[in-house]
Amino acid sequence: MNTMSMIRLVNMTKRFGKTVAVHKANLEIEKGEFVVFLGPSGCGKTTTLRCIAGLEDPDGGEVYIDGEMVNDLPTLDRDVGFVFQHYALFPHMTAYQNISFPLRAMKYSKKEITDEVTKVARLLKIEDILNLTPSHLSGGDLQSVSLARALVIKPKVFLLDEPLSTLDAEFREEARTMIKRIHIEIGATTIYVTHDQMEAMAIADRIVTMNFGEIQQTGSPESVYRNPVNMFVANFLGSPGMNFIDCTIAGNDSLELGLDGKILKVGSEIMKKAQEAGKGRQLVLGTRPEDFSLSSTKNDFGFEMEVSIVEEIGPENIINLRSGDNTIKVLAGPDVLPKSGSRMWVMPDQDRLRLFDKETKKEIL
Amino acid sequence: MPGIRIENVVKTFGKITALNGISLDIKEGEFFVLVGPTGAGKTTTLRVVSGLEKIDSGDIRIGEESALDLTPAGRDVAFVYQSFSLYPQMSVRKNLEFPLRSPLHREDDQEINQRVDFVARILHITPLLDRMPDALSGGEMQRVGIGRAIVRKPQVFLMDEPLSDLDAKLREELRVELRQIQQELTTTTLYVTHDQIEAMSMGDRVAVLNEGIIHQIGAPQEVYRKPADLFVAGFIGIPKMNFFDCSVDAASSRLSLESGLITLSMSKSGLDGVSKLPKKDGLILGVRPEAVKVHTKKGEYVFQAEVLFTEHFGSMNIVNLKVGEKIFKARTRPTLRIDPQAKVWIEFEEEHILFFDKESQKAL
Repeated sequence: MNTMSMIRLVNMTKRFGKTVAVHKANLEIEKGEFVVFLGPSGCGKTTTLRCIAGLEDPDGGEVYIDGEMVNDLPTLDRDVGFVFQHYALFPHMTAYQNISFPLRAMKYSKKEITDEVTKVARLLKIEDILNLTPSHLSGGDLQSVSLARALVIKPKVFLLDEPLSTLDAEFREEARTMIKRIHIEIGATTIYVTHDQMEAMAIADRIVTMNFGEIQQTGSPESVYRNPVNMFVANFLGSPGMNFIDCTIAGNDSLELGLDGKILKVGSEIMKKAQEAGKGRQLVLGTRPEDFSLSSTKNDFGFEMEVSIVEEIGPENIINLRSGDNTIKVLAGPDVLPKSGSRMWVMPDQDRLRLFDKETKKEIL
Repeated sequence: MPGIRIENVVKTFGKITALNGISLDIKEGEFFVLVGPTGAGKTTTLRVVSGLEKIDSGDIRIGEESALDLTPAGRDVAFVYQSFSLYPQMSVRKNLEFPLRSPLHREDDQEINQRVDFVARILHITPLLDRMPDALSGGEMQRVGIGRAIVRKPQVFLMDEPLSDLDAKLREELRVELRQIQQELTTTTLYVTHDQIEAMSMGDRVAVLNEGIIHQIGAPQEVYRKPADLFVAGFIGIPKMNFFDCSVDAASSRLSLESGLITLSMSKSGLDGVSKLPKKDGLILGVRPEAVKVHTKKGEYVFQAEVLFTEHFGSMNIVNLKVGEKIFKARTRPTLRIDPQAKVWIEFEEEHILFFDKESQKAL
């Protein structure tokens, strides 16, 4: 057992009636790590968090906090700070009273309370709103106050459940930066739940991707993005996500694509993987939108498609291309503006191609 | 297909002015996006165009005629909402047929079948036609809902955040599909969203609305590259444009940012631009993260900053930088590696620097 880990889940399972919300989750989180649970709604991320907090009881397996098995420990004794999507502040109390509430409950002296609240208010830059009640605060300020209330008790573990999802986009970015900055300053072990992959990529030391109650992949944002273990992770991460094209082996150095039988010449590395998977096997080629180049002239290492829609989103353009019912998305610079209806050769970066098994959806290694 | 003209429309609810004299000229067949934050007046605009709300003053024309005396049904517009309620006891096909069988639009069976098949094809829901709504996923349901709005060939589509209830992946897919469908049908469309990416990616033109006032109308790239004021500059673009308080120093050879925290020297051509500014003080300098260049070696026209942390988005990195208490962002290649606390040299691409008047908030 790793004695360093602050949180450890061993085969943790949680059911609601017949539904398995979390299935045998195994995970270790180091002290000071910022870990994000990421997945679509219903994937089990919030349930896992609530089991760690003690707000739900697991049906099987163990939860350890700082080496201690806490399955039977009530929430209050687990030394965790929890921040919810909805701020859950007391409406009749000022920001100051809300933040100091847990300290008063823990019988801190008046001076200690003033010191701690002042410190945390300075950290969150909310010194000037401490005397206001929640109804006078903006969404961003409300979330800062509820963060402050969780931080003020200096918990061992800081648990945040989609804390930014009710904020407008413009505040969300700011608040995200603030949370990251605070983490860098105080280094508290943090678990952060979100369905927003951009948020996860931006803020995490390590991402735990979940789907259907199971942990799919754990790793740094870059490694999960670059080396997804299956098609779910490949498509869920990235905006737009990874493109998939069905294929089978066509020859010694080429694949037949599910784009009206087009043939794509590929490098030896990918070819070797395809051959090891077995001839006749249904494969899926995966390429990220930024890993294509476009050309108006024929290229053996590419295939021809028709430009459907060009989305100009500011710093870059998304070129949507189609062939029959298949579409792919290519990220290009803001000056790349092919005409709708024009035909282009699309060349995937050979070093960045991934290959998946169509049936199991897993990456072929 | 008619266009839509909104002329100086005022709409109040009690003491609250929801629309404070807005004018829009939406051309025939145009995909026009109204974008703004919560409470901007976007949905109210849709509702007054559709006739669901009466306006206090101004005029609304659909085609040549004023629509003010027409009922919502008489205006022949179709609303596409955020979330649809389908009739649960009817199959997808029956749901799609429903508007064509209403007393107002009764069509013959052959025509109905043709139209339903056409709509199902362009929305990729042909295999779902015999299913019941409870057997559909959220995205499929939204497709059927959109189908029900377009099946009766209205003169105008009014779309009220039709994608905002869907998860991110579906949103990416459907925004392209909606655009394709609109191009195929060429129906004049007024589309409302709070999501600036949707606005940028979908609109032929975009109007940025806030607190009942239109701040700017233009092609997406125009609004992105030449925002009319600080509100538009900050609202369009993620990450947000970086802003710095700015003044031109006495000798006019350098810029002082954040009350002297940063001194930015500029090239000769950059200074030419600065010398044309109508004032020297009370300026805001705006620069988008992609125009902020991070160098590890000192060069010309740079200043020093500290790396706070880097966000890795896969296809790009956002480096959060710090000078004193001022935090700003640079967008870099995904391969750039810089440790937190590293000292780096920052260059602003001069041709992409924008200036605003701090007092009037307008672009200079």
